[in-house]
Amino acid sequence: MDNERNIDVTVNGRSHSANVPARRRLSEFIRDDLGLTGTHVGCEHGVCGTCTVQLDGETVRSCLMFAVQADGAEIMTVEGLADGGALHPIQEAFWQEHGLQCGFCTPGILMTVHEFLLENKGPLEEEIRHALSGNLCRCTGYQNIVKAVETADRLWER
Amino acid sequence: MRPPPFSYADPSTVDEALDLLAQHGDDATILAGGQSLVPLLNFRLAQPAVIVDINRIADLAYIERRNGALEIGTLTRQRAVERSAAVSEACPLLGEAVADVGHVQTRNRGTVGGSLAHADPTAEISAAVTALGGSLRLRSASAERTLTPDEFFVSNLMTAIEPGEMLVAVALPVWPAGTATCFNEFSRRQGDFALAGAAAALTFGGDGRIERAGLGLLGVGDRPFDGAAIASELLCGEKPSEAAVQAVAERVQSSVDPLSDIHSPADYRRHLAGVVTRRALQGAIRRGTSG
Ligand code: FES
Ligand code: FES
Repeated sequence: MDNERNIDVTVNGRSHSANVPARRRLSEFIRDDLGLTGTHVGCEHGVCGTCTVQLDGETVRSCLMFAVQADGAEIMTVEGLADGGALHPIQEAFWQEHGLQCGFCTPGILMTVHEFLLENKGPLEEEIRHALSGNLCRCTGYQNIVKAVETADRLWER
Repeated sequence: MRPPPFSYADPSTVDEALDLLAQHGDDATILAGGQSLVPLLNFRLAQPAVIVDINRIADLAYIERRNGALEIGTLTRQRAVERSAAVSEACPLLGEAVADVGHVQTRNRGTVGGSLAHADPTAEISAAVTALGGSLRLRSASAERTLTPDEFFVSNLMTAIEPGEMLVAVALPVWPAGTATCFNEFSRRQGDFALAGAAAALTFGGDGRIERAGLGLLGVGDRPFDGAAIASELLCGEKPSEAAVQAVAERVQSSVDPLSDIHSPADYRRHLAGVVTRRALQGAIRRGTSG
């Protein structure tokens, strides 16, 4: 039994080794230890979705996991989407369609949409809205987010 | 807020986990998917000294047909249930119920056993297990026992799990050919905790009469409500009719004991108990009698 652990994780293709307290959440590890502040933290109890990252290819709430649990895992955060200066097609679509205003919810939404579009081609609007239901946005009213997902579906060759 | 400090162990076998639980008793809490526990830790509503993380115990995540039942290991992710061909073939009611649990991001992590053991009375999985007459297998370092949902669910967030014990699996009897099921819940927003919901299973005989009925409700009391006796009395032996469905809905409405909370007064939940019962039964009848 430990109060802290050594962990090895790969984040956006880069491996990291770190000593973390058992109670450090994955969200804190990503933001404070790795300095990847693209992943946002809102509610800290699994409701808002802005902290969503991908763990071994599946979206998870990083505020509801401990960093020690990610030992050995591959993580992708919003910083892993763009290829250098070139936006990922999903980001491109959000830019084109004005799918964000303040941008607080956006990192979690992009991670969610990435998983969703990999599993769904040509989704119906209803399916898109369903897929977005776990991510709260206080600004946009969702209309342009839905449009952005439709555009991303067309832009992203996958 | 940050969770309180705790000692952490992530055993790789069930026996090791049970030893840790035996050693630390009340001070230890099991961490499965963490979708209910971690919020409680973040709010410091739970302050366990020891966390036994079972996520590394691969043996606890499985979906298997065993002796006429579908057995699901406690660590099986809700998303795995949702996607499982074995579940949609043998227990489609569970698959339909699980799809309404939280959101994709919480189902990717959240487990079947975690939801059952948390015993939130609005849990979809608990209602489906109740409707199907499932059984819950508990183990400790020295013993094993199997409980019915009625024995397992004690009250709001309370189960019969003793310190040192762990829920290791749930077994769902596979209902015979001719069975049709339906899950229906009412929530204000997609993915919210439902205000009320119902899981229904009906077995139709060759002559179109209902031979067996199961019914489980969520959100209408401090634990899942088992409506099988009501549904059996009013539906079995007859061909399905709107009047009989209505009679079940009314009897359920007058039998449940809903709580008032910030989300809904008790009266409204009582009303919804009838609505979801009717919708779930109608859905099962539609599926069981078409083609
Ligand atoms: S911060 Fe994790 S879901 Fe809101
Ligand atoms: S753009 Fe501001 S919260 Fe979504």
